[in-house]
Amino acid sequence: MSARNEFEREFFEGGSWTPPGGWQLDRRGFLKLFGGGLFVGLVSAKAVAQEAGRNFGDHALPKDLSAWLHIAADGQVKVFTGKVEVGQNIRTSLAQQVAEELRVAFDSIEMVMGDTALVPYDMGTFGSRTTPTMGPELRNMAGAARQMLIETAAARWNADAATLVAVAGKVTDPKMLRSLSYGELTRGENLVKIVASDDPFTPATAWKIAGTPVPKAQGRDFVTGKHIYPSDVVRPGMMFGAVLRPDGFNAKLVSIDTSAAEKLPGVTVVHDGDFAGAVAPHRLDAQHALAAIEAKWDVPAQPSNRELFDVLKSGSGNGFGDRGQHTVGSVAQAMETADVKAEEQYTVQYIAHAPLEPRAAVAEWDGDKLTVWTGTQRPFGVRDELVQAFGIPAENVRVIQPDMGSGYGGKHTGEAAVEAARLAKAAGKPVKLEWTRREEFTWAYFRPAGLIEIRGGARRDGTLVAWEFHNYNSGNAAIGTPYNVPNQIIQYHSANSPLRQGSYRSLAAAANHFARESAMDSLAHGAGMDPLEFRLKNLTEPRLIAVLKAAAEKFGWGSAKSTPERGFGIACGTDKGGFVATCAEVAVDPATKKVRIRQVVQAWDSGAIVNPDGLRNQISGAIVQGIGGALFEQILFADGRIQNASFGQYRLPRFSDAPQIEVVLVDRKDLPSAGAGETGIVGLSPAVGNAIFAATGARIRSMPMAPRTAAPGQPETVFKS
Amino acid sequence: MAELVLNVNGARMSVDAPSDEPLLFVLRNRLNLTGTKYGCGEGQCGACTVLLDGRATRSCLTPVAAAANAKIITIEGLEQQGQLSAVQQAFLDEGALQCGYCTSGMIVSATALLKNKRNPSDDEIVTAMNGNVCRCGTYPRILAAIKRAAQHGAEGASQ
Repeated sequence: MSARNEFEREFFEGGSWTPPGGWQLDRRGFLKLFGGGLFVGLVSAKAVAQEAGRNFGDHALPKDLSAWLHIAADGQVKVFTGKVEVGQNIRTSLAQQVAEELRVAFDSIEMVMGDTALVPYDMGTFGSRTTPTMGPELRNMAGAARQMLIETAAARWNADAATLVAVAGKVTDPKMLRSLSYGELTRGENLVKIVASDDPFTPATAWKIAGTPVPKAQGRDFVTGKHIYPSDVVRPGMMFGAVLRPDGFNAKLVSIDTSAAEKLPGVTVVHDGDFAGAVAPHRLDAQHALAAIEAKWDVPAQPSNRELFDVLKSGSGNGFGDRGQHTVGSVAQAMETADVKAEEQYTVQYIAHAPLEPRAAVAEWDGDKLTVWTGTQRPFGVRDELVQAFGIPAENVRVIQPDMGSGYGGKHTGEAAVEAARLAKAAGKPVKLEWTRREEFTWAYFRPAGLIEIRGGARRDGTLVAWEFHNYNSGNAAIGTPYNVPNQIIQYHSANSPLRQGSYRSLAAAANHFARESAMDSLAHGAGMDPLEFRLKNLTEPRLIAVLKAAAEKFGWGSAKSTPERGFGIACGTDKGGFVATCAEVAVDPATKKVRIRQVVQAWDSGAIVNPDGLRNQISGAIVQGIGGALFEQILFADGRIQNASFGQYRLPRFSDAPQIEVVLVDRKDLPSAGAGETGIVGLSPAVGNAIFAATGARIRSMPMAPRTAAPGQPETVFKS
Repeated sequence: MAELVLNVNGARMSVDAPSDEPLLFVLRNRLNLTGTKYGCGEGQCGACTVLLDGRATRSCLTPVAAAANAKIITIEGLEQQGQLSAVQQAFLDEGALQCGYCTSGMIVSATALLKNKRNPSDDEIVTAMNGNVCRCGTYPRILAAIKRAAQHGAEGASQ
């Protein structure tokens, strides 16, 4: 652990520390920085072909070596990845996988993550891609390192490599009863191995470290307040910044007077086009300076909640164009012959990610070189934003992402980083910019609102015959149906969103599942069938069937009948390689119509489980987060302004909203591991809506289903939460 | 600006700050105690919770001058001689965090709760903790951690 602390101190306390060999570490720089040892990297297939079978010394490293694993002479292992830790526990789960393949203890692994000067390029941490893509990539490198260590020991002993084994951080010769630790093997060496991609992985059935509930890496730092989040970073001479915000979206600056602010002691005022801000030695001073700026804005007329769904639908062209329409058979003909029909419209409002840590950045210039510490899911994306904003080469920009206070898809962008860098440039000093909660609610982006139109038909015996599904604006994640339907039309229609929108946990899969699984419940009801039985009748995907049965069994589905006070609902689905089924029990107060989710059982299959404890935490957390969008979260907006941009006005799930939750994990050790950060959220809202229907006979087709007051333009629901 | 003397985690610290500056910013930006977090600035999320004479207090709404005569305990002050408090240890044991940004405020709020009520019921925990937001949705584990700490505290109540 001491190596880790030293390493971090260089970044957070080291003042003017600069990586050797230039701002962007080159390969020589790595060797100098880490003092030899074993490096493992990936190169392009072409370079592998050219260099096959060769090991490289310092001088002969291929230029496009792109990823690294380093074993130092003390046996400590550093793993470099552009993926970032935002609470989803990949710092732990990736290290488990490396430890497994390398045959070392979990504690000897240090993950170096999200520092653009140290790690190989990465698009970003989203789409549940870390486990299915970065996991195998790092396992591949670890397996190659293990093989090279065995070969190195074989050379030292003049032994046959095939007779040696790697175990517990050592290469052992069982016949001669001798062993060398990895540290001893790498001491004084500059070993480099390039990796071919066909090294076999240790199967999940043989895992000893992966697959186990290893506690969160560096967990102690989080319960003692020692962990440094992006907003906690402090630099020598650092000042505080604040940015002047327009009166509304799409506003133009009409006039500005900064003279009063400029007279304040110690304050630097920045004004450049429509951007204005202030820098001061203390946070309040910067905010006072901002308040002293007189600015007039012209805010154009723009849509509000009231017109939202009309705007989304009208902006989507003729609605039945050729943009990605998926058509099988004839829905029109099948609907004519269907015995049971559902024609329904669903809506979802914009909601906010509301990460508990708002956007924050510390920017520091050294000549024309820029370092920014910030919370982002895309360090390299933010680097590119900075490159563009300041017209400097990428190698002059370093973005460092300390493990941050969550994102849920809401921190793909680098607003705070760019703003902090602008202010720091003007002030000539490092500047910290922490967005306020109001800024985070207003100037970040939202989970898209959406309108979904469905036509579905089934025969009297419950066999689905037709399925037509149109999603306006919210997105096409999980837009297809997992049910067997011979006649389908499925289409996503893009629209002109009135508000800035972007990624959110599961993207549109939550909205699409809400609509589809609610409509399936309608059809089951129409056919007079139990909703579980109806689903099983129309499914053949064995993994989906397995989670449905597992959830239903644990929940005791069918053992009690819904009453007006108590409803049971079920839903299922799949996306991003994960399979989920959710059963919910909802209590409804017949007098006040207050809805409370009492119990949720969710079964989950994402292939071989890497860390069952972390996985349970993710799935359970997704259920709780899903409650907000399902029942009460909604962004209210009018005239280019957010009307509920605070935690006092925007209700979040709290302790009192959390139901009893049971997570049933289906561990498929025979299948590759899929990501699990997102799809766990998709089953909750339809299961709850279906439970409300089971209790009351009322089908709620708009999310949130039980807000304090309905958004303008949305049908008033009788239910409250 | 006023010269204020604060009693933080058992140490006397003097700071030069406007008397109306929120205690949160004084702790974080002037005393470099960054374990206490900003979440909303309106007392709605609990991320900034500290103990003021043993009471869970939202430091974002507390002017620093109002804290000048109080014993202030922050998350950094709960560990004693390298020993985690029962609540801290219980959060680790239950894995009661994801991103961990709410954790300081949760632990401090739970510490105050258990000081007043040695063995709270589930309902009492929910009521006492409902002003603390965990956006990652870790509530069931946090509840379990508080119950575990209560048990532990009862066992080691002599100290």
